[in-house]
Amino acid sequence: MKLLFNIAWTHVSTRVRQTLVGMAGVAMGVGFTIMMAGLMQGSQLDFLRQLVDTMPHITIEDERRSVPTQPAEQEYGAVQMSDIANVGKRPGIKYPETVMSSLRSWIPGDVAPSAKTTAIVNHGGARIGITLTGIDPRREVQVSKLASQMREGKIDDLSRAPNGIIMGEALAEKIGVKSGDTVLLIGGQGIQLNSTVSGLYRSGLKRVDESHIYSLMGPAQVMMGQNGVVNQLRLRLNDPMLAQKVAAQVEAQTGYKSVSWQEANADLLSSFTVRDFIVLTVMGAMLLTSSFATYNIISTITHEKRQDIAIMKSLGMREYAVRRIFIIEAAIIGLVGILFGWVLGYLLCYGWSMITIFNPLTGTTVPLSIYYSAMHYVVVGGISLLCCAGAAYFPARKATCVHPVEIIRGAS
Amino acid sequence: MTEVALQAVELVRRIEGDVAHTLVNGIDLAVNRGEFVAITGPSGSGKSSLLYLLGLLDAPSEGEVMICGQPTSKLSESERADVRLTKCGFVFQFHFLLPEFTSLDNVLLPMRAAGKMGEAEMHERGLALLGSLGLAEHANKRPNQLSGGQRQRVAIARALANRPEIIVADEPTGALDTKSTEQVFSILRDIADNGQTVIVVTHDPALAARADRRIHIVDGKVAEITGRDEGRRVCEMAN
Repeated sequence: MKLLFNIAWTHVSTRVRQTLVGMAGVAMGVGFTIMMAGLMQGSQLDFLRQLVDTMPHITIEDERRSVPTQPAEQEYGAVQMSDIANVGKRPGIKYPETVMSSLRSWIPGDVAPSAKTTAIVNHGGARIGITLTGIDPRREVQVSKLASQMREGKIDDLSRAPNGIIMGEALAEKIGVKSGDTVLLIGGQGIQLNSTVSGLYRSGLKRVDESHIYSLMGPAQVMMGQNGVVNQLRLRLNDPMLAQKVAAQVEAQTGYKSVSWQEANADLLSSFTVRDFIVLTVMGAMLLTSSFATYNIISTITHEKRQDIAIMKSLGMREYAVRRIFIIEAAIIGLVGILFGWVLGYLLCYGWSMITIFNPLTGTTVPLSIYYSAMHYVVVGGISLLCCAGAAYFPARKATCVHPVEIIRGAS
Repeated sequence: MTEVALQAVELVRRIEGDVAHTLVNGIDLAVNRGEFVAITGPSGSGKSSLLYLLGLLDAPSEGEVMICGQPTSKLSESERADVRLTKCGFVFQFHFLLPEFTSLDNVLLPMRAAGKMGEAEMHERGLALLGSLGLAEHANKRPNQLSGGQRQRVAIARALANRPEIIVADEPTGALDTKSTEQVFSILRDIADNGQTVIVVTHDPALAARADRRIHIVDGKVAEITGRDEGRRVCEMAN
């Protein structure tokens, strides 16, 4: 092996310019791929963080995932029922406090009640449909980031003003209200409520900021026409990634439809998968393209070294041993290129993280989110090394397959 | 009793293709240990092809080559490479030294490939070989710093590195001046006198005359075998 390495080292070290070009190709490929991986994962995680921070991790709603089987259907196979309406049924989750106590005993997180309804906010000439969520401020801080998302006022201010509400900055701007102003809320049953804007929040998700208003439980229940009703339980977990699993367990326990944040955003997450696939394909293509420089160099060396290959084979060196020389050469080029690529990748990531971008939708200037991960460096380096070895293998195989007699005769 | 170092039985080498061509056509040959054999013949007669078959660089279409009694026709390419590495040493018309390596490194190459000696032992043997060929002071020079004769002597030293049974040389003096030619031939003669078998292809009748046996090849067949000691013997012309 030492002999093969010596020969390989001699080949690459006597072709400084070619070797440096090859290393530069690998370094560029690795560096830019690491940068892309950091940018992609950074932006994705940033978005998910915002999403997870804004939404409850699990929402338990006062409905069933499927229509319950009727007793008659259970008894008689021939019976089939449809369009069953429970006219007198009171909406909401039954015994919410009991359910919450039970959940708190085992879920890795906390749970808070809420009353959710739809309404129209009326101010001046503007009438906009919104979602009104009644919350318990003391418990809300356990399950949402609303407190930290407040831009004006505090959650506790809800109870200090008559029928206080907290609305998103984007909605407030849209209808032209400020903290302290009064707006009219109109419920589905024609119930009207004058409410005072106690505070403004910004979640970072424009669709939320434009359509969600928070109030105390009482005003929301009034708007629903159902005093004391709790139609939603919201859970926040210590590890948001457990949401799907916990949601299934909660649903099995309570019978109520439990929706994890992943399920609620399934479309978005599947679009991430497509995005990941596209970006990974591009990154793979970059690494593959960068290995063409190695292919070029190894092709040139094998062509120039045809006589050496012939003489090494005639001396008794096995074909695979001779082939290994060129794989080692590619590995040398690849490894040094990867080392420089790691440095370049880190510098590019650092450079990008210094850039801030103005978001016209939210009106804020935010730095580019870069995710630094040792795994990016290891995976990109590994793939690049494989590409280099592959790029060397084919010209090396072609060159070492040549019969030495043909070359010796030609040279003679 | 003389020991046969190399034997060829009904050796045929055919080039297949649109126009089939027979390079070596049914040659039988036995070369004894320590014998110096010269293969002569006109250009295109098949003498180099025969040499490559005898040195296992090429595989015969038919027939058998036995090295030290070991049949080789059924060996895989890797096994043939192993036999070449340990039992055969090659010298070509062109030296074929690795240009980036020093003379010593070139001589060490087969020893390192065989991996049977320690680094110190290999160095010692490499230097001894170069010294015996008058190249001690050129051990650390690269091929481009040596004359043609010196390069060819380094190539001979490389061929001798693994103490092979057989030295196979294809016109080793073809590109050398008279003085270097004389030196190289004297070295090959000494190698044979020291007990190793030497088979040389040459165009030079004066040099061939110094061999123990001369085999004249015409159209891929043995036309004539002439022994130095036993006198001239006309072989049957195969046709």
